[in-house]
Amino acid sequence: MRTPIAYFLLLSAILFALGSASVLLRRNALRIFMGVELQLNAVNLTLVAFSRMHLELDGQILAFFSMVVAAAEVVVGLAIIVAVFRRTGTADVDRADVLRG
Amino acid sequence: MPLDNVVFWVFAPLSIATAIGMMVVRNAVHAALFLVVNFFTIAVMYLLLDAPFLFAVQIVVYAGAIMVLFLFVIMLLGVDRGDPLGERLFGQRTTAVILAVAIVAEVATAIRAGVGFATRAPEGFEAANPGGNPSALADVLFRDYFFPFEVTSILLIVAAVAAMVLALRRSRSVTQREIEEHEGDDLEAYAMAPPGAPESMRGGTR
Amino acid sequence: MIDLIGLAIAIPLVAAGVNMLVGARLGRYAGWLATGAMAASFAIALGALLDLLSLPAGDRTQVVTVAEWIRAGAATVTLDLRVDPLSITMAMVVTGVGSLIHLYAIGYMEHDPRPGRFFGYMNLFCAFMLALVLANDFVLLYLGWEGVGLCSYLLIGFWSDRPEAASAAKKAFITTRVGDVMLLLGLFAIWTHFGSFDFDTVLGADGSLPEIATGTATAISLLMLGGAVGKSAQLPLHVWLPDAMAGPTPVSALIHAATMVTAGVYLVVRTHVLFEISEIALTVVAVIGLAGALYAGFASLGQYDMKRALAYSTMSQLGFMFLAAGLGFSAVAISLLVAHAFYKALLFLTSGNVMHGLHDEIDVRRLGGLVRDMPWTAALFAVGALALSGLPPFSGYFTKDAILELASHDGEVWAYVLGSLGALVSAWYIARLFFTAFIGDRRYEGRAHEASTLMRAPLVVLAIGALFAGMWLALTPDGRLATFLEPVVGTVAEGHAGPSAQVLVAISVVLTLLGIAIAWRLYRPAAAERWISFPEREPGLAGALGHAFYIDDLYAWIVGTVGLRGAAALEGFDRIVVDGAVNGVGRLAVRLSGLAPIWQSGKVRRYALSFLAGGVALLVFAVVRV
Repeated sequence: MRTPIAYFLLLSAILFALGSASVLLRRNALRIFMGVELQLNAVNLTLVAFSRMHLELDGQILAFFSMVVAAAEVVVGLAIIVAVFRRTGTADVDRADVLRG
Repeated sequence: MPLDNVVFWVFAPLSIATAIGMMVVRNAVHAALFLVVNFFTIAVMYLLLDAPFLFAVQIVVYAGAIMVLFLFVIMLLGVDRGDPLGERLFGQRTTAVILAVAIVAEVATAIRAGVGFATRAPEGFEAANPGGNPSALADVLFRDYFFPFEVTSILLIVAAVAAMVLALRRSRSVTQREIEEHEGDDLEAYAMAPPGAPESMRGGTR
Repeated sequence: MIDLIGLAIAIPLVAAGVNMLVGARLGRYAGWLATGAMAASFAIALGALLDLLSLPAGDRTQVVTVAEWIRAGAATVTLDLRVDPLSITMAMVVTGVGSLIHLYAIGYMEHDPRPGRFFGYMNLFCAFMLALVLANDFVLLYLGWEGVGLCSYLLIGFWSDRPEAASAAKKAFITTRVGDVMLLLGLFAIWTHFGSFDFDTVLGADGSLPEIATGTATAISLLMLGGAVGKSAQLPLHVWLPDAMAGPTPVSALIHAATMVTAGVYLVVRTHVLFEISEIALTVVAVIGLAGALYAGFASLGQYDMKRALAYSTMSQLGFMFLAAGLGFSAVAISLLVAHAFYKALLFLTSGNVMHGLHDEIDVRRLGGLVRDMPWTAALFAVGALALSGLPPFSGYFTKDAILELASHDGEVWAYVLGSLGALVSAWYIARLFFTAFIGDRRYEGRAHEASTLMRAPLVVLAIGALFAGMWLALTPDGRLATFLEPVVGTVAEGHAGPSAQVLVAISVVLTLLGIAIAWRLYRPAAAERWISFPEREPGLAGALGHAFYIDDLYAWIVGTVGLRGAAALEGFDRIVVDGAVNGVGRLAVRLSGLAPIWQSGKVRRYALSFLAGGVALLVFAVVRV
C-alpha cells in the first residue's frame, strides 16, 4: 500500500470534525446521533490505520470492540429517544431544558 | 499509478462528500442514507489498510444493522421533516466551526510532529496475520482480550433488555369517569398514552 | 505631720466614697461628714505647715513617698507628695476655704434630695485638687488636673434635669479639654527631653537650673500655658466659666473662684523656671493675663446676672495673677490667689444667700434694697467688695497694688497703665453690684429671708480673712508670705524705674475711689430707671458687653457651622463611598453569580459544545507538550 498513513489519519480527523459539527449544530436528536456514529467511525479508522503502521492487530481488535459497543449504544439510545418522543411529542433537544438553571 | 492510491483518492473524497451531505440535507431519511454510503467508503478504507475482516463487519453491523435501526426509528416517529434552519443558540455555529477547524489543525500538527506526512506503511503485515486475518484476530481476541470480550457480551444483553424496557408501552388502568369522559374515543390509544403526552397521541375527538 | 500629708488626700477621698454610696441614707449628715473630712484635711495641712516652719528655710522641700504606683519596664513611678512652701500654701487655701464652703453648703443644699451625691462630689473634688497641688511629679499633677475637671463637670451639671446646667457642664469639660490636650503634649515634651516627670529633675533641685535649650523651654512652657489657659478660663478658652454658674452656688464658690481655676496659676508658678528660661513664654503669659483682665472687667459691667458678673470678675482677677506671673512676680501672684480665694468665695456665697432668700432670683434688675431684709448678707457682701476693689488696708489692695507697683518700677509702662485701668474697672463693677442689688428701692415682691446661722458663720470667717489676711500675711513682695515662698518661687527683684512707691499708692487709691464714684453716679438709687433701661437706649453697647464681645457666639458659629458642615461632608463620604463600596461588593457578588446560570441553559447542545471545547483544549495541550 503506497498511500502514506498520514492521509488516513487526516481523513479520519476531517470526518471526526464533520461529525462533531453535526452533533453541535443539529436540533433533531436522531441527526445528532448520526453525527456521533460518524465520530465513532472516524476513530475506528484511526485505530486501524495505526494498527497497520505498527504491524500489530491490537488496533483492529479495539476497532472491533468499538463497533460492538456502538451497536449496543445505538439500541439503547434510540429506545430513549423513542420514549422521550412519546412523552413530549418532539425530538427537538432544545426543548429538553428541564434541568435549566 | 498504484491501485491503492487510486482507490484511496476516489473513496476518500467520496467519504468526505457523503459526510457533508449527511450534515446539510434537511430530510432525516436522506441524511441516514448518506451516512450509509459513508460507512461503505469507510469499509473500503479498512480494506486498503489490510483489515478485510473489519471491512466485512463494518458493512454488516454498521450499514446493515445500525443504520437500518436508525431508519426504522425515523420513520416510526415521523420526524423526517427537516430541522428549521435558524440557529437559536448564540454563537453556537461560530464556535462549532472554529472547533472543527481546530481539530483538523491539531491532528495535522500532531502528524507533522509524529508520524510524518510521507511515511508509508511498512511491509510485512502478513507476518502479523498468520493463518489469515480472521483467524489471527480470533487468536488475539480469545487470548489477550478475553475479558473485554466477556464484558461486551454482558453489555449486549443489558442493552437489549434496556431497549425492551424503555420502549415498552404500558396501559394505565382507566377510571370509570374517564371512560364516560372519553366516550366515542379510541380508548385503547388513550390508555396507552403516557399521562403527559399531547392530545395528538391520545387519539380522540376531544 | 508632714509624713501624714497623704491622709489629707485620703480622708476626703474615703468620705467621698461613703457619701456617694450611702449618702441617701445619711441625709443631713452627709454634709457634716464631708465638712468633717475637709476639716480633718485642714488640720493635717496646718500641722504640716507648722512642721515645715520649724525647719530651716533652706530645707523646706520635703518629699513624702506614699506608694509605688506604676511600674512599666525601666520606668517606675512612685506616688510621691511634695510638701514645700508653695504646695502647702495651696493646700491650706484648698482645705481652709474649702471647709468653710462645705459648712455653708450644708445649709444651702438642705432641701436637695441628693445630698450624698453632692457632698461626695465636693469631697472628691477636694481630694483631686489636693493631689494636684501636693504632687511631686507631673503624672500625679495631671491626675489631679483631670480629676478636678471631671468633678467640675459633675458638679456644674449636678441639677442634671436643667438643660442649661447639662450643656454648661459639657461646655466646661470640652473647652478645658482643649487646654488639657496641650498640657498633655507638654508632658510628652518633658518626657522626651528630660526622661523623667519628677519635679526635681525637670525644674531643678536646690536652686539649680535644668539643662534645656531656649526653644524647647518655650515649647514646653507654651503647651503648659495652653492647659493653664483652659483651666483658669483665660482668653481664648474662657467661654465656659460664665455658663458654669448654672451649678449650685457653693460649687461656683469653691471650684470657680477659690480653687480649680487657680490651678492654672499654680502650674505656671510651679514651672516658672522653664518660663523664665524662655522669655517669650513669659511675655505671652503676661499679655494673656492683662488682656483677660481688661476684657473680663468690661464684660462684667454688662451682666445683670450677679453670678455671671462675679464669674467675669474671677476671670479678670485671674488675669491679674497671670500678669503678675508673667512679669516675674510669682510670689505676688500667689498672694493675690490667697486673697482672692477669701473675698471671691465670700462674694459668691453672699450671692448664694440672696438666691436662697429670694427663690433663686439673681438678676439685679429685680433686686434692690436688700440691705433692709438681709442686713448681714449686705454687710458681708460689702466687705468682699471692699477687699476686691483694692482699697487699703484690705487684702485686695496689697496684692493688686503690688503688681502695679512692681510693673511700674520695672519700667513696664503698658502693664502699669492698662493694669491700673483694669483696677479701676474692678472697683467699678463690684461697686455696681453692691449699689444695684443691696441699696435703693426694692424691686422684688414679698420678703427676702436672711440666711441661717449655718450659712452666715462661715461667711464671717471668710470676711475676716478678706479684711485682714492682707495685713497679717503682709502680702507685699517682701512680706511674710513672699519670704515663705522664696525657696520655691525665687525673689522678686525690685526695680527702681518710674515714680516712687508713695506716689503709686496715691494714684492707686485715687483710681479705686474714682471707680467707686463712677459706679455711684451710674447706679445710685435715684438713677435706677436709667441703668435699667440702658439696653433699650443703647442696644449695641449693651449687647456687646452683655455677650462679652460675642466671642462665645463666634465659637458657637465656628463649631456649629464649620463643624456641622464638616460632619455632614464626612457623613456623606461614609454613606456614599464607604457604604457604597461595601454594598457595592455585595451587589457585585450577586451580579457575578447571576452570570453563572447563563451557562446552565439546560440545552444539551451547549453542553456538547463544552465537551468538545474541552477536548480540543486538551488536544492542544498534548500537542504542544510533545
